[in-house]
Amino acid sequence: MNERRAEVLVVGAKAETMHWRKPALSESSFRKILSIAGAVVLLLLLAIFFSLVIASFPSIRNFGIRFLFSATWDPVRSEFGAFPFLVGTLATSFLALMISVLFSIPISLFLGEYSAQGATPTFIKSTIELLAGVPSVIYGFCGLFLLAPLVRALELKLGVAPYGVGIFTASLVLSIMIIPYSASIGREVISLVPSDLKEAALSLGATRFEVIRKVVLPYAGSGIVAGILLSLGRALGETMAVTMVIGNSNFIPKGIFSPANTLASVIANEFTEATGSLYLSSLIELGLVLFIVTTIINLISKLIIRRMGVGV
Amino acid sequence: MKEPSIRKRILWDKLFKGTIVLLTFCSILPMFFILFFITSKGISVINWRFLTQLPKPVGELGGGISNGIIGTFILIVISVAFSVPIGILAGIFLSENRKGRLASLTRLCVETLQGIPSIVIGIIAYIWLVVSMGSFSALSGGVALGLMMLPVIIPATEETLKLIPESLKEASLALGVSYPRTILKVILPAGVSGIATGILLSIARVAGETAPLLFTAFGSPFMNFNILKPVNSLPLMIFNYATSPYPDWHTLAWGASIVLIAFVLGLNLLTKVVTRRWKVQF
Amino acid sequence: MESTVLKIEGFSAFFGKNQVLKEVNLSIPQNRITAIMGPSGCGKTTLIRCINRMHELIPDARVSGKIFLDHEDIYATDPIIVRRQIGMVFQKPNPFPTMSIYDNVIAGYNLNGIRLAKDEKDRIVEESLWKAALWEEVKGALHRRGTFLSGGQQQRLCIARALAMGPAVLLLDEPTSALDPKATSHIEELIVQLKDTVSIILVTHNMAQAARVSDFAAFVYLGELVEFGPSGRMFTAPKDKKTEEYLTGKFG
Repeated sequence: MNERRAEVLVVGAKAETMHWRKPALSESSFRKILSIAGAVVLLLLLAIFFSLVIASFPSIRNFGIRFLFSATWDPVRSEFGAFPFLVGTLATSFLALMISVLFSIPISLFLGEYSAQGATPTFIKSTIELLAGVPSVIYGFCGLFLLAPLVRALELKLGVAPYGVGIFTASLVLSIMIIPYSASIGREVISLVPSDLKEAALSLGATRFEVIRKVVLPYAGSGIVAGILLSLGRALGETMAVTMVIGNSNFIPKGIFSPANTLASVIANEFTEATGSLYLSSLIELGLVLFIVTTIINLISKLIIRRMGVGV
Repeated sequence: MKEPSIRKRILWDKLFKGTIVLLTFCSILPMFFILFFITSKGISVINWRFLTQLPKPVGELGGGISNGIIGTFILIVISVAFSVPIGILAGIFLSENRKGRLASLTRLCVETLQGIPSIVIGIIAYIWLVVSMGSFSALSGGVALGLMMLPVIIPATEETLKLIPESLKEASLALGVSYPRTILKVILPAGVSGIATGILLSIARVAGETAPLLFTAFGSPFMNFNILKPVNSLPLMIFNYATSPYPDWHTLAWGASIVLIAFVLGLNLLTKVVTRRWKVQF
Repeated sequence: MESTVLKIEGFSAFFGKNQVLKEVNLSIPQNRITAIMGPSGCGKTTLIRCINRMHELIPDARVSGKIFLDHEDIYATDPIIVRRQIGMVFQKPNPFPTMSIYDNVIAGYNLNGIRLAKDEKDRIVEESLWKAALWEEVKGALHRRGTFLSGGQQQRLCIARALAMGPAVLLLDEPTSALDPKATSHIEELIVQLKDTVSIILVTHNMAQAARVSDFAAFVYLGELVEFGPSGRMFTAPKDKKTEEYLTGKFG
């Protein structure tokens, strides 16, 4: 049957000529195009990594590994070190993490265990999801005008310098922003705990609290940890909200109420002002460090989540 | 044998549940605080002039955020043009290749891309486009936002297409329809609601982004339709006005915040409508 | 003397190293209903999927031997052309959910980018739906989506869709196994009427259906064609012992 003989009888008696057009695109060409699209994504990521590395070369060559441990960030003398920002980043992120976990694990338990169906949990779930949709700059704005005055009042009471902004305020704002991430993953893994395990414990006379403590949390434990890691990754990279309330100081913060800078916030603050290629290159190297740290944490978290069989 | 009293255990149980419920309800308070705070501080500014006028210099009364609104729109158009074609094709690639080395690597790259901080994406767009073109531009900002949209669109497309039953593909192939036409004319239309939702959600995500625009689109006090020049956006305006020392500008920022949040929440609601109306039943 | 529409010669099919069809030789008579029967996993579905070249879509699938449609080797032709000549109806009805009934019937043309005049399309749709015994029931709702139809109606829609292409052979893969008894009997009546238009190959594990409907029957067991002959004889006096055991229910 070649092309012409395929001009065949249709339903009915007369032979009609139809134009069986060969498809404009053959299967193998189409599959190649699809593969190219996949490869483009791969290339984009590689290009991102290598662009960062290459642009950081001047700084890497100049400072080497000292960059990570030097506490001096002095654009005037062209002396750059990342340590104050590493401290700022880790301090705000871990403090935010601790505060957020205090809320996200209860949310996960509430939505996954106590109240899984119905109008109330749906409402709560939607509201938490909306929290993740609020733009970061609005969080920063509200943090600056709503939260900072309160923190300033607290600092006055405590006899500390009343900046209002600083690590504490940034951590508070950050903690609210990252709650949705650990809450949603936590909820999923908790709801995946097989009910026959829970029923077995209940039938032995355990209270709900004991079932949660001894059956649910151990079972869902690593998934909850993965969700927390995910929110940590989010916290490390958060820029705008932190920039607006962290106080913009390039020195190692002395205490929890000190102003500081994170890797992300110093880049946001100084990138457009950076004069000289070493200055810019150092800022980009900060970006490279941020990229590597967040990528590692995110991938570990996703690996754990996938092992637990939860769709992210 | 010493055994904790049952009454004590029940007490702990009740206490625990109470604490859980309390903390849960506390955690939804910030959302209401934010909405209430923004609305109360910014509602006074919102009027037609606000939305259609350019910002005025400090000290002059009035002025609006029209260039921010248009700028946000321009950036969205550029980022969609950049990310949607590649994103959908890559999503089709992944759903048609469940195994395979390139597919697994691509999935890994998409996950990595998703976790990259937005400021780093801004640095990349700066290196790739601002340095080479010699100036800040809407194009570089749009590309940065497009890079952030890819890891939302690609998995949404892949997951939507994976849910389509194989029998649909077979029905089309058995009619003698070629593979490319089967994918583009049968499978893709069947997945339109999930893909559209992915696109809308990615737009909602980037509409509120500021960090990647700080040194790409950069912002501007003027209205600008030339994509090779700097452009303003709502989040950029909010950032600049909020951190300025002028109370007038603070109020403008509150007004702009209302507009931005209404837009983002509106998009989220739109996705629910799209899902309900366009979802194909099998 | 029956004329042959489809000739299968020394045909084998493999999934990787696993051979599922072993040197099958079969001549399908024209304008008749040929039933292919056998226990689950015997290879009957694989056989018809090889006839319309759908088997090769599975990775690791391989075939050897020849199949001739009207003296043309279908494995030497573009599979897309083969599939327009040999239609298939599946076990579970699968109308295209995004298209109206009208568009479903004409889908083979639309999807291939073949442009027809409007009255040409109308004619094809009406004739195909009429032949599928569905016209009267849907003629007032042609532009609604097909998903509101019952299972039996959806299956007849799929038959109309396949018929619209004017195929020489229609492959039916257990077309009624997902349907209720009433819908099943409608489809069976339809199949008998259709043999004037197309040659039908019916895969079924329902022996009673095969006995009711078919003119010829083939019994396949473990990938081999055990016996083939007119249904009347096959069901009353099978030649092979295996056939007899299957028909009397000794295994299934």
